[in-house]
Amino acid sequence: MAGLLRPDAGSVSVLGIDALSNPVEAKRLIAWVSDEPMIYDKLTPFEYLEFVAGLWSMEPASAEVRARELIEWLDLGPHAHERCQGFSKGMRQKVALAGALVHEPRLFILDEPLTGLDAGSARQVKDVLTERVRGGATVILTTHILEVAERMAERIGVIDKGRLIAEGTLEELRRQAGGAGGSSLEDVFLDLVAQQSSAA
Amino acid sequence: MSQPATLTWFARHETRLLWRRWISMMTAGKRSREPILAVVAVVFVALIHLFAYYLIAPVAEAGISPDKTTLVVLTGAAFLSCSLMLSQAMESVTRAFYAQADLDLILSSPASARRIFAVRMMAIALSTTLLTTVLAGPFINALVIYDGSRWFAAYGVILALGALSAGFAIAVTVALFRCLGPKRTRLISQIVSAVVGAGFVIGAQAAAIISTGSISRFNFLRSEDFLARAPEAAHFFWWPARATMGNVTALTVMLGIGLSLLALVILVFSANFGDHVVAASGEAYESKKQQHRLAVFRPASTGHALRRKEWMLLRRDPWLMSQTLMQILYLLPPVLLLWRNFGDDLGGLLILVPVIVMASGQLAGGLAWLAVSGEDAPDLVASAPITERAVIVAKIEAVLGAVAIVIAPLLVAIAIAAPMIAAVALLGVAVSASSGTMIQIWFRAQAKRSNFWRRQTSSRIATVAEALSSILWAATAALVAAGSWFALGSALIALLTLAGAWLVRPRQANGT
Repeated sequence: MAGLLRPDAGSVSVLGIDALSNPVEAKRLIAWVSDEPMIYDKLTPFEYLEFVAGLWSMEPASAEVRARELIEWLDLGPHAHERCQGFSKGMRQKVALAGALVHEPRLFILDEPLTGLDAGSARQVKDVLTERVRGGATVILTTHILEVAERMAERIGVIDKGRLIAEGTLEELRRQAGGAGGSSLEDVFLDLVAQQSSAA
Repeated sequence: MSQPATLTWFARHETRLLWRRWISMMTAGKRSREPILAVVAVVFVALIHLFAYYLIAPVAEAGISPDKTTLVVLTGAAFLSCSLMLSQAMESVTRAFYAQADLDLILSSPASARRIFAVRMMAIALSTTLLTTVLAGPFINALVIYDGSRWFAAYGVILALGALSAGFAIAVTVALFRCLGPKRTRLISQIVSAVVGAGFVIGAQAAAIISTGSISRFNFLRSEDFLARAPEAAHFFWWPARATMGNVTALTVMLGIGLSLLALVILVFSANFGDHVVAASGEAYESKKQQHRLAVFRPASTGHALRRKEWMLLRRDPWLMSQTLMQILYLLPPVLLLWRNFGDDLGGLLILVPVIVMASGQLAGGLAWLAVSGEDAPDLVASAPITERAVIVAKIEAVLGAVAIVIAPLLVAIAIAAPMIAAVALLGVAVSASSGTMIQIWFRAQAKRSNFWRRQTSSRIATVAEALSSILWAATAALVAAGSWFALGSALIALLTLAGAWLVRPRQANGT
């Protein structure tokens, strides 16, 4: 979906744009953040955001305003002009996240975005994602911390051994798992995976 | 089985790590390649022995006496080996300082850190000596067969020089560390290592060009003028050469000096080595503040943003700077040749053309690897709204731009003396650099930028194709400059090499 791999079969449509026939326009709407932050050790956060803005062909003046806002908002201000090589995992994650936010995408694909973040930073990330969803954006995130999915997600997909075995709201998944009304996502997940294993 | 945490126990651990690291480097981490590596190693050793016998036989048949010419040539070879070993040892010490690896484990364990660092220093000396032994061994063996067992002493000389080089490299690097601090030591020691490595070869070549107008180092060393200025045959300066020829006293002194220096260095520095490594690893995590507090976003097209990023990363990579310096150093002899022949001898200028063309091909190949395979954020670039073709084009432009900056001054200097030769050289540089770049693009495989030094092992085909293409385009340019029709044949072989590389290129998992 992010344009990293060519699908073997089927089609991919991103907000109405065919990602296979028009990948550049589809990518314009997407931000992809991997679990290993994709940043450059020899660039500063400010230079990194300038580079990302350049890749997404943003108008420099507005991109700079947006970059400065993000740097301040993510508490990267004191380190904005330091090379990223000395940054902690959490700070690197914040820089990568700022890169994803700077071009104002409408679809976020985030792989374990809270890994390595301290409690404050994790809250900041969750807040901004919630705010983006309220603003009309879509967020797809993968996580092994099921409480995060339970609390944040409107729809949840359960992947077991690389295959999507269930997808829906938490209520729909509870029904599918045959569990009690108040069972946690963790219980639902374990039940669904167990059913899948016994069926196989 | 040795007792845990003793010197022999640590030595066993270090040897196992060294061996596995070497195997991994030679096979690019693919275990299936290990049998092939064994076969290649046997064939390589056999071939280099054949080559050595071919070279040594006529010399040995004529008789090898300890006259001044022999002593000069042997001393020259010893200096060459020593400069290479010193360079390798400095590189190893620097790597030992700055690689985090198992540092935390070692220093947090109750084992003696002094002991492990002593073993590590010995390992540096051993690995330094082994490489030279592998390269020089066949020549020594050939001399033993043709001229007697006295030449076995040459192995002792290599051991002495290896110990001397390692001891000196450790002492110099620690001294740099104490004087300049961890920040500057890395860059300076890498540059010094590069300069030392190429220093003797290039220095001898430069002396040859200045004094005799010839590019041959051995002609220079054997020239009457040089022999007349060299010390008398009985002088102690020739002791390494005498030791190589089996003089027991000289060999004992050499071994005594080399091993004593290494032992002294280990004794003095192993206690504090850990502190330096800790300080160096701290530096790796220390941020560098840029002078861009008032920086603003500059307007740029997508391609320009990519090019600017590549150039910025190249500029900020001190290790890469030392590698580039090596390339520039190898251009020094042709520059001297240019200076010597400037304006009145176009024949000399012709020699410059292939050298520049080959250097640009190799330089472009290295930079292309960094820009394409060494991309630190491949997924970011792949997920950006820009076609893969546009990304590749921008990276090619970045690489060729960097090559142009290095090569342009030479081309301008040639153009002043001989515009036509400069035009040919320019064309050759463009084709050779483009070929090197294209080969790296065809064989791109995601890797860490810091693995640049072992890039050759990731794809042997790419390495061979890159070297062949540089050599063939260099030959083509030289033949064109000389007005020979053979240039067509050389160009055709170069094109066939490129076509062959393109045909066997690995399939890329292309994005959309």
